[in-house]
Amino acid sequence: MEELKLSRRIFLKSSGSAAAVVGTAGAVLVPTGAHAASPTGGTSTNLNYPKRGVGKAGGMPVNQAVSFSYPDPSSPCVALRMGSAVPGGVGPNKDIVAYSTLCTHMGCPVQYEAGTKVFKCGCHFSMFDAENGGQMVCGQATEDLPRVLLDYDARTDTVSAVGVDGLIYGRQANLL
Amino acid sequence: MTTTIKDRIALPPKDAQRTNMTCHFCIVGCGYHVYKWDANEEGGRAPGQNALGVDFTKQVPPMALIMTRAMTNTITDHAGRRWNIMIVPDKGCSVNSGLSSTRGGKMASYMYAHDGIGKERVKNPRIFRGDKWLDTSWENALAIYAGLTKKILDTDGPSGLLYDCFDHGGAGGGFENTWGTGKLMFSALQTPMVRIHNRPAYNSECHATRDMGVGELNNSYEDAQLSDCIIATGCNSYETQTNYFLNHWLPNLNGATVDKKKKWFPGETAAAAKIIIVDPRRSATVAICEQIAGKDNVLHLDIEPGSDTALFNTLLTYVVDQGWHDKDYIAKFTRGFEDAMKVNRMSLEDGSKATGIPVAKIRQAADWAYKTKASGHRPRTFHAYEKGIIWGNDNYVIQSSLVSLVLATQNVGRRGTGVCRMGGHQEGYTRPPYPGDKKIYIDQEVIQGRGLMYTIWGTNPFQTTLNAEEHRRVLSRRAQIVNQAMAATKGASVEQMVDVIYDACKNKGGMYVVGINLYPTTLAEEAHMLLPATHPGEMNLTSMNGERRLRLSEKFMDPPGSARPDCLIAADIANTLKAMYARDGKADMAKRFEGFDWKTEEDAFNDGFRRAGRPGVGPIDSQGGDTGYLATYDLLRKAGNNGVQLPIKRVEGDKLIGTEMNYTDGKFDTKDGKAEFKPAPWNGLPKIVADQKAKHRYWINNGRANEVWQTAYHDQYNSFVRDRYPSAFIEMNPDDARTLGVAAGDVVEVFNDFGSTYAMAYPQKAIKAGQTFMLFGYIRGVAGDVTSPWVDRNVVPYYKGTWASIKRVGSVDDWKQTISFKERRFG
Repeated sequence: MEELKLSRRIFLKSSGSAAAVVGTAGAVLVPTGAHAASPTGGTSTNLNYPKRGVGKAGGMPVNQAVSFSYPDPSSPCVALRMGSAVPGGVGPNKDIVAYSTLCTHMGCPVQYEAGTKVFKCGCHFSMFDAENGGQMVCGQATEDLPRVLLDYDARTDTVSAVGVDGLIYGRQANLL
Repeated sequence: MTTTIKDRIALPPKDAQRTNMTCHFCIVGCGYHVYKWDANEEGGRAPGQNALGVDFTKQVPPMALIMTRAMTNTITDHAGRRWNIMIVPDKGCSVNSGLSSTRGGKMASYMYAHDGIGKERVKNPRIFRGDKWLDTSWENALAIYAGLTKKILDTDGPSGLLYDCFDHGGAGGGFENTWGTGKLMFSALQTPMVRIHNRPAYNSECHATRDMGVGELNNSYEDAQLSDCIIATGCNSYETQTNYFLNHWLPNLNGATVDKKKKWFPGETAAAAKIIIVDPRRSATVAICEQIAGKDNVLHLDIEPGSDTALFNTLLTYVVDQGWHDKDYIAKFTRGFEDAMKVNRMSLEDGSKATGIPVAKIRQAADWAYKTKASGHRPRTFHAYEKGIIWGNDNYVIQSSLVSLVLATQNVGRRGTGVCRMGGHQEGYTRPPYPGDKKIYIDQEVIQGRGLMYTIWGTNPFQTTLNAEEHRRVLSRRAQIVNQAMAATKGASVEQMVDVIYDACKNKGGMYVVGINLYPTTLAEEAHMLLPATHPGEMNLTSMNGERRLRLSEKFMDPPGSARPDCLIAADIANTLKAMYARDGKADMAKRFEGFDWKTEEDAFNDGFRRAGRPGVGPIDSQGGDTGYLATYDLLRKAGNNGVQLPIKRVEGDKLIGTEMNYTDGKFDTKDGKAEFKPAPWNGLPKIVADQKAKHRYWINNGRANEVWQTAYHDQYNSFVRDRYPSAFIEMNPDDARTLGVAAGDVVEVFNDFGSTYAMAYPQKAIKAGQTFMLFGYIRGVAGDVTSPWVDRNVVPYYKGTWASIKRVGSVDDWKQTISFKERRFG
């Protein structure tokens, strides 16, 4: 059977009539396509982040959290080589990602669960998807897990942290 | 634009203005502080340089605070001045002790900014002129609204005026607004043709328990810290009463309150609480309770859908047969026990058969909840319930069954007990008496072509009613009739337009639809007029939470455009009508619209909530009881985020003294003060529902999700929520999904004899074969489209009683790439 691709507009059926409504109000009923961008899409920062080596891509074990700190020693992070390409992933297989491990809700350390590839917070039970830009799966945070922006140098096989997308818990700004 | 900067926020300077705010959203009503300061200023990182008093020169340790980007915004006042705001949870509030949920934590983001998430707010009145929306003045909009209302009132009487109106607290509700709208509808217009925000008549969700003399909010949140056992039925409290669960249930489940129990109840056996969760679905709450308390202390009774009455009747029978009921209490403070037992008696075997729960498990539940403790004391068991019962298989009968069990075991009026609804939104009911003596099924009136004008006020029946497809189809057709008539006019005056609209409604089957709301919402697809309302922060507003805690949320900003508090919109309508009748020389009619000379929302509060108990005033229905007059804005401001628990007992100095628990004296809300047992026969499923079950394979359980507030009226504009749930999701059993050829993120059609809807498939291993769970009330994918029109004796729907077929429709590429379909249950 030929795959049927749907647009979001089909869902108007479930919330409204066929009678078209135009004008200011009608226009807001269907979100624009802009938000369809990847959750790891464009970001804007204005801080002068350091560039810091995380490790060699080839040496990273698959699906095991590699701890490091960034942008300073009091900000714990982990890097993960997921094993297959993920949104925002870097490295030869586009599968390396990194996150702050302080829950964005109240800063408790999140634990990485390799079986589900999810970060879990034991304090108030928030969960974040490591394979999907740190998206909150369920929980009490109002922000996804901050994603450490990575740079990959193919010449040296080196992965470096170059920024953080999202505010790290317990800070006014990501750089102290 | 500051909103695109994701790695820093501005701190409030030391001299930032600080006001109180109770969360806009769920029943729990967490306390927050609003900081507001000039947008060109910023507090420093040193603890002495910011209003939070926190040292941001170094990493703040875990659990010290919650302060996220979502808790900030930049607003502009009517004079054009820009202000930064930060809305953070209040550590001094006994409700939440500094915790915020994913809903309340977004409040600042949802305050209006022209370039913010709330930018689609309705800013000025709008009228639909046949083919497009036009902004207009309040004067013009009110002339049309009041003109048509008057014509209908004079020609057809009040029954031509239909209302679908909120009757709650929190955003859009509150004692001020509930009073303003109630006074307009009930004592001025005197129309009985009113339904409530989530159900098709003017009724309660808790008739049975009230008839038994037990108000549905009868304890304090603190009581959940003190219980020996919690029985949570049809409530998923981690997701829907989050900080009640995290701040009060959790420390009891993990044993942190054992010392407190020993202190409060000397000599009684005290241990960490056990919890029994009655829910056909393994909810997020079940999984989290197992994490907190250990599996051995959590009993999940995954009953057959709709069999709650059988379970409670069986438990009552077993308890009585064991002699665990409180005979002295029953004799002294209740009546009807023997008569109820004749009907409610159900053996363990029959109960097991009806509920699908093994006899041993039912017995275990009774042991945990009702068996005398080692110290010889009766256990303190708190019975919590919400929509699983309220939208269950015969609301009245289930509550009768549950509260009978509670009365027999004296689990009300004792600290550590209570039989309480958990609640959805906050409360705030104060209205004149309803002008009618029967429940009118308003949706059916609409469907059958009755009514001429329909005002939909702070509600959205397109997303949150039953039999929603037929209701929407008919209302849409009737609205179109008016559109066609209006489009045919040329240069009509207001008076001529009113005549044209009236003719279309009266003689051609049309309906004129007015929406009063924060946003256009899906209502805009059918409405002819939109009037812009405000929410807390843009107005002063009082509400009470699930432990009857009354607080004042203070105004700190201007509303968008010319938006008005609902109570003042009601007053504008009444005053316009009063002037019209005065012009006509109809003094008697003009008199009906008197008493709306309010300048502020405080005037509405003083006229309504504070009317109770004043000598010489007529009866009103108020959650403030007879002592409402004791509360003033001034005293409530002083009471801050801890407010006062209703009813107010007295005022000491400038302090309001409230009531922590009702019925401690054994006097209930009946004429003779005795609580009344009610017979609750177990009748199986209603026929119309059973017929759907026989015909369609899947149970379409439906309800709320943690991340979404109500109809997503704000959330639909917030990428954090919208990107997670672009459509209503439907949790399915993975094997069922495979059988249907459905993968995570596919679109499925859900259909039965009543309608069809769409949802995004979300296979979850916790879901049983043949069962599903669909997000209720969402902006896209309306679960109510497939709910039957069946209602109980008080016209309360059975939303949970939905069976349907499912088929795969296709897929949306974006969803598969951007949405997590991981397990939503922790552990």
